[in-house]
Amino acid sequence: MSALSITNVTKSFGDNHILKGISLEAEAGEFIALVGPSGCGKSTLLRIVAGLEGADSGEIVAGGRDLTRLVAAERNVAMVFQSYALYPHLTAGQNIAVPLAMRNLTSLQRLPMIGSMLPGQKAIRKDILRQVTDMARSLKIDHLLDRKPGQMSGGQRQRVALARAMVRQPGLFLMDEPLSNLDANLRVHARGEIVDLHRRAGVPTLYVTHDQAEALSMADRVAVMMSGSLLQLAAPEVIYDDPAHIEVAKFVGQPRINTIASRVDADGAVTLGTWRLQPHERLVPGTDITVAIRSEFLSIADMGTPGLPAHIERLEFLGSEVIVYTKLDAIGESMVVKLAPSDARGLVAGKPVTIVPQGERLMVFGADGARLRADLTFTTLLERAHG
Amino acid sequence: MADMTAISIPAEVPRQKAPKPIVPRPIVNVSERHEARVAWMLAAPAMILIVLFIVAPVIAVITLGFTDFELGYSTFKFVGFENYAELFGDRTFRQSLWNTAIYTAIVAPASILLGLGVALLIESETVGRSFFRTAYFLPVASLLVAMATVWQYLLHPTIGPVNSMLAMVGLPGPNWLGSAGTVLYSLSMIGVWQTVGFNMILFLAGLTAIPRDLYSAAEIDGAKSPIDRFFLVTLPMLGPTTVFVTTISIINAVKVFETVKTLTEGGPNKASEVLLFTIYQEGFVYLRVGYASAMTVVFLAVLVVMMFAQYRLVDRKVHY
Ligand SMILES: Nc1ncnc2c1ncn2[C@@H]1O[C@H](COP(=O)(O)OP(=O)(O)O)[C@@H](O)[C@H]1O
Ligand SMILES: [Mg+2]
Repeated sequence: MSALSITNVTKSFGDNHILKGISLEAEAGEFIALVGPSGCGKSTLLRIVAGLEGADSGEIVAGGRDLTRLVAAERNVAMVFQSYALYPHLTAGQNIAVPLAMRNLTSLQRLPMIGSMLPGQKAIRKDILRQVTDMARSLKIDHLLDRKPGQMSGGQRQRVALARAMVRQPGLFLMDEPLSNLDANLRVHARGEIVDLHRRAGVPTLYVTHDQAEALSMADRVAVMMSGSLLQLAAPEVIYDDPAHIEVAKFVGQPRINTIASRVDADGAVTLGTWRLQPHERLVPGTDITVAIRSEFLSIADMGTPGLPAHIERLEFLGSEVIVYTKLDAIGESMVVKLAPSDARGLVAGKPVTIVPQGERLMVFGADGARLRADLTFTTLLERAHG
Repeated sequence: MADMTAISIPAEVPRQKAPKPIVPRPIVNVSERHEARVAWMLAAPAMILIVLFIVAPVIAVITLGFTDFELGYSTFKFVGFENYAELFGDRTFRQSLWNTAIYTAIVAPASILLGLGVALLIESETVGRSFFRTAYFLPVASLLVAMATVWQYLLHPTIGPVNSMLAMVGLPGPNWLGSAGTVLYSLSMIGVWQTVGFNMILFLAGLTAIPRDLYSAAEIDGAKSPIDRFFLVTLPMLGPTTVFVTTISIINAVKVFETVKTLTEGGPNKASEVLLFTIYQEGFVYLRVGYASAMTVVFLAVLVVMMFAQYRLVDRKVHY
């Protein structure tokens, strides 16, 4: 039984179909990153899982409980918001205590003044205080407990928000871009911390981000969403090396994957400018396709070597690697090549070169964007077309 | 010769060096002085207006409060605290202080709570929101003197619709504005009617400024009912708005005048005498400017003390 299963969830705002039937399963203790461009419906899906928004159709089951018709408070989920959503009038300690107080104290016991006179609440309050202090200590924010959110830095607020979400062992953890308001250094650092916390708590987590690097580096599995549909749900390596859809291939990886639009010839081969790719299995002649290859699977050789003739447009030195921007002579398409600095020696803008792809790394996508598995059967790397 | 050169060299050195630090200093001084002059010039209009319209009148009122000045007489003399002594023995003044206090104690809390309630209802309403907003704001925008006539008709003991309706269910209608027992409460009711819309608009603005995420967080944190969320999010987040609304409401209630002047003239039998009306009577009807000024000073003092008390007590708690 999976820890969380989302089945066929749809949602429209007026005429806008925001979610077009999303299904997703998470195993116990799994960290799933939901990644996609802004506006594709990630937050909406997360809010539906949390119970903050109603789905038009579909089901949400977590830990064997059907949550679909429960209100947020009854779902036993915790959520971290992009804005952190800390109560500005409460101190960090009081903020962290809210989920415990709301659940363990009756509304009468929560009243200021009167509440503290009722029987039984003293032990509960003491217990809450202990849990808050423990939580704060484990996140190293115990020195901040008396500060209000307005007196804290972004990173500190983010930790308080995490603490508030984690303090009452939730059945499901939801995070909506919790790091996007931090500066770049802090963000990379916080990634590791969240993964650590997740591992310790072992609570299944749905983590929304628009940053593909964040998703790949943190998650057990990555769900790529585009305009309301889930395109692929797989381990980060699979998402990167074996994308099921051209949009997934384009969204993931930096620099962006190289693509060349083409059409299958009458004999089932593919022509790229003056070059022909000969797949083993014939593709349907006449169909539009896109050929794609990642920049690290291209290399640059001297002019005259078998490959794709191109000119170097500009170079970007990034320390451990060099990004070479080129333009193919035959069809004018841009090709980005990622090289080790040692391989980039002697390259300058304007230089004519040959680009040599690793044949087994070429991927072919159909007109609808779906992957055509034919690309696995390219035999000969490249054959020079005569003329 | 050797001596002379020996002397002349050190004499030369400071002469050459000295101008360097001196030259920039006058420039700094000039620019500083210039800046200061510009600052004064920019601040002058505001300062002149403040002195002209706030400081001077207050000083004039305080000064006149120590005189026996009466309009129409060309001379007056300083009488010290005589006016104040008379004031505290004056039964009309004491009555009007008391009436104003009662009126404020009814109108301020009622219009604040109702304003908040209406704002919450309108905020949660999606259909007809602008209609209700306009409807409730109408009394604020309308001319009170004109509306007073309508109230006079509504509350008329014999032909008024209010009493007609009461009669239909068999209840005897009181003489709302005409009897000493009810007049202050009737005026309070009109005061509430007039202020609710204004407070509602302020609360609506405050509600709009509350981040939606806080409500989401509250729901997730276990605030199941709207009441839980109201006490966890809405009320504390409205803190600064509430302080402002309270201040304005109290000041407005203490300043009640138009309804009293147009509807009751302080009657019957001084049952609706309020501070501003008494001051008006003394100053503009009996023309005892000195005495009226002393009253005004007391009136101002009451307001100032209340504002200070409020800021000391509440302000520090609600801001974050
Ligand atoms: N309450 C709402 N009413 C109308 N449209 C909404 C609402 N919430 C979200 N949307 C729309 O749904 C789309 C997806 O929003 P969202 O889920 O926030 O995207 P993401 O989090 O992936 O950036 C956006 O185009 C947004 O404008
Ligand atoms: Mg979002």
